[in-house]
Amino acid sequence: MTIRGKAHIAGAYEHPDRKIPDKSVAQVHAEVALGALADAGLTLDDVDAYFCAADAPGFGPISMADYLGLKHLSYLDSTETGGSSYLVHVGHAAAAIAAGKCRVALITLAGLPRSRPMPRAAQATAPEAGFESVFGPTTVAMYALAARRHMHEYGTTSAQLAAIKVAASQHAQHNPNAMLPNPVTVEEVLDSPIISDPLHRLDCCVITDGGGALVVVAPEVAARLRRQTVQVLGHGEAPRHAMNGRIDLTYTGAVWSGPRAFEEAGVTPADMDYASIYDSFTITVLETLEDLGFCEKGKGGAFVADGSLLAPHGRLPFNTDGGGLCNNHPMNRGGMTKVIEAVRQLRGEAHPAVQVPDCELALAHGTGGSIATRVGSATLILGREDA
Amino acid sequence: MTAIAPQPLVTPAPPVNPETEPFWAATAEGRLLVKRCDDCSSLIWYPRAICPECGSMRTDWLQVSGRGRVYSYTVNHRGEGPYQGSPPYVLAYVELDEGPRMMTNIVETDGQNLAVGLPVEVVFHDTGEGNALPRFRPLRT
Repeated sequence: MTIRGKAHIAGAYEHPDRKIPDKSVAQVHAEVALGALADAGLTLDDVDAYFCAADAPGFGPISMADYLGLKHLSYLDSTETGGSSYLVHVGHAAAAIAAGKCRVALITLAGLPRSRPMPRAAQATAPEAGFESVFGPTTVAMYALAARRHMHEYGTTSAQLAAIKVAASQHAQHNPNAMLPNPVTVEEVLDSPIISDPLHRLDCCVITDGGGALVVVAPEVAARLRRQTVQVLGHGEAPRHAMNGRIDLTYTGAVWSGPRAFEEAGVTPADMDYASIYDSFTITVLETLEDLGFCEKGKGGAFVADGSLLAPHGRLPFNTDGGGLCNNHPMNRGGMTKVIEAVRQLRGEAHPAVQVPDCELALAHGTGGSIATRVGSATLILGREDA
Repeated sequence: MTAIAPQPLVTPAPPVNPETEPFWAATAEGRLLVKRCDDCSSLIWYPRAICPECGSMRTDWLQVSGRGRVYSYTVNHRGEGPYQGSPPYVLAYVELDEGPRMMTNIVETDGQNLAVGLPVEVVFHDTGEGNALPRFRPLRT
């Protein structure tokens, strides 16, 4: 069985705000839920499946189902793979719809890490905790370790990583909601303070309040909606873990999730008109591009340095909303906005300055957790309604 | 290259449970242990009761040399938790001579000699709670 063409994304909504000091997390979940349902032309009463991850307050998916007043749920999924959770949810929703378990799936994300900084609770109960947390790993430091090793093995440079941020900033200038709307240069990235070397502040994503939501529906539901929908053509997910001490920081789970998604969709990387690539850090993008097969392993630096990522006419226009690096990274989880911008591109609703002409096929990729150590990777292939 | 000043590094006590207690007890004696599978002979890192190679629950402790090479490193300027406010410190993966790659800190370095591949040896930093953190310093020849 395949999910190819058996589910559509009918609604997508990104919260416009980046700092929300006066609302609760549940309230923002509700705002984005209503936004995505309105986008689809549906209501809370139509929802029969609810998906959320660990950002949802309360008891798994139950508290938010209660809060939202969802009355017709026959399917629940609270798979948690960090920032990639929402791409996993789209794949799981499509599979559940294809299996006849539900017809209208709502997926929500929200959080307020900018207004209410949360100390990153050390996961003292994780089985590896005593052997890692005591040495002071931080999210940035873990990605910095990967960047250093990639540089060592392949000669990747800080200037090449900076080119990824530069491309994202070129796109963000057209997004009125972007947290960082000003274009930056390679020099400005390299001159920004070191956070965890070799990563600079401008190699890191923004920290924002906010959220987003998606509505995934069965084809027969999509057929009666006025709104243009987007087909779910392929999905792949894969964990990558420390592999019993054989850690290799130069690749991610995308080496497995990508081929699964491409195979299900019956397409190849060369067929992609647009890509949303998870960009918690510049190195995340670089390794993912290689792992998904957009360029040879180790050649990501050269690929990004020659303008390939620039919309609308680069070889692989990416993150045309400005991505997590410049636009939005709600709740420190960038997967939701990756799907939302891919939906905009396939509907022809990205900003005109960055809209890819005749965008028919798009990829969205999520990288949750700590790159190459314990990471949940997820890849979606999406197609225009008539693709 | 970012310089780091020689300094005492915060040494938080690890969470210890019955599964990991022998590892931490050995650190108090200056010994670095890994696990080994009695059935398939694989070395196991991080230490755990199950062999993640073959699924056997017959595993035992093995002392290793405490020598290895830097697999990757970063000078982190933004510590969190117990490291919040710490001066820049070195987080690293060290590949032990016996094979496993383990997370650690590199100490007794000013940052100038750090490199992937640098030979290092284990040192134990007392947590004050009956055990010690296995950190590594450049190998003294």
